[in-house]
Amino acid sequence: MEEYRKVILEYVIEEYLEDEDEELEYDSPLISGGIVDSFSMVSLKRFLETKYKINLPDDRATEETFDTVNSIVELVTEFVNKK
Amino acid sequence: MGYSDKVRNVLQNELQGIEDAGIFKKERFIHSLQAADIEVEFPLGSSLKKVINMCSNNYLGLSSHQEVIKAAHDGLNHRGYGMSSVRFICGTQDIHRELENRVTEFLGTEDTILFPSCMDANTGVFEAFMTKEDVMISDRLVHASIIDGIRLSPALRDTFKHSNMKHLESKLQLHADRRLKVVITDGVFSMDGDTAKLDEMVALCEKYDAMLFVDDSHSSGFIGKTGRGTHEKYNVIGKIDIITTTFGKALGGASGGCVSGRKEIVEMCRQKARPYLFSNTMAPVVVSGVLKVFDLIRGNTERRDKLEENANFWRKGLSDAGFVLKDGDTPIVPVMLFNAKLAQDFSRDLYDEGIYAIGFFFPVVPKAQARIRTQISAGHEIHHLEKALKAFIKIGKKYNILGKTKKEIIAMYGR
Repeated sequence: MEEYRKVILEYVIEEYLEDEDEELEYDSPLISGGIVDSFSMVSLKRFLETKYKINLPDDRATEETFDTVNSIVELVTEFVNKK
Repeated sequence: MGYSDKVRNVLQNELQGIEDAGIFKKERFIHSLQAADIEVEFPLGSSLKKVINMCSNNYLGLSSHQEVIKAAHDGLNHRGYGMSSVRFICGTQDIHRELENRVTEFLGTEDTILFPSCMDANTGVFEAFMTKEDVMISDRLVHASIIDGIRLSPALRDTFKHSNMKHLESKLQLHADRRLKVVITDGVFSMDGDTAKLDEMVALCEKYDAMLFVDDSHSSGFIGKTGRGTHEKYNVIGKIDIITTTFGKALGGASGGCVSGRKEIVEMCRQKARPYLFSNTMAPVVVSGVLKVFDLIRGNTERRDKLEENANFWRKGLSDAGFVLKDGDTPIVPVMLFNAKLAQDFSRDLYDEGIYAIGFFFPVVPKAQARIRTQISAGHEIHHLEKALKAFIKIGKKYNILGKTKKEIIAMYGR
């Protein structure tokens, strides 16, 4: 779990933050906070699916679920455990 | 009637929320022609105030040009006020096609289709030819109208970091399996005033078999040696597959826009773009005015040259005074203040000094990126810019931000 949190936070920082001064926490609002635009959720989804070899259905990969690193980790954990 | 007190309360609460968030937009009434010097009523009911306009898109100063006004009058007399029709029923006059041909020639494309606005062009174009087998990869700072256009298309969406070519390339690789790929960017970014690196983008698009879309609304008429746009600046005329632009900024400033580019895409828009099919034709009077604008700027770079000189003067003046600016070489010069309230206070103080320039903050620009966006015009004379500069420096001193870095300003006023 902690490992997922680290990896996903690192990916989000690398992929989405433009400003090196910006700080990001595990519960920072990503989409509603204007950090991740909803159009580029596709990259995040593809990253998670490839990295963890899971398939996230569209009705679960919603803007709400993708809104914080913590909620993404919950989703990933659920699907990894189902494997 | 279903507009009960309950419904009214819901909406009043929404509006109150906008006010409470400090982002409620109040319009200022201009009682004069659009120009460098304007007379403004603000707040509502107050006496008129003469101010220098530093925030219009009237880049070439043609919005109130006497020859454009005369051409519009002539158009009104000879082609009437309205057409009471969409283009494909009985709304196409000879001058509509003439304007399309003039734009095609000016931009160096294959064909052009007029839209009621560039907003309409951007919302209609992607849906007209893209399917769910395709992908749209857009710069993260593209204009809101493009975002709406992307939303209306069934194609897969992705974005790349602003002007980051390495990131764009990784996205082109990620989506290599898609049927059609379109890379989407503004030519000049309206909030930052920087230009897209079109030479590098063309090379990437050729490498990965992707089309390139450029919204050149903030460049048509004045960017590039002869003002054709960012594709001229980057020496890629003929290599941009889709250009959208507006006649509502430098090119006369009234209204109207277009999609210009590959003839098949233009034809798909003519057949399928909903804002084209289901809204009225451009008014003859506006078409006539825009045709005159093209007469005025064809083979004559006087206005765009003056604009460039003005913009350089302004940018250097602000920079020498110690303001934090966004890098760029266009007439859009954002003065960075970072904090939303500071941007609002600064704008209000400028107005008191007779300078009209608006503060922008989240959600129009990213958080902690609040700014005053200044826009220079060929209609400005040096004395306008000197007066504006004096006011900026006076207020900059008041808030103690001259010579301060971003970090220092944020430390004083917050993000």
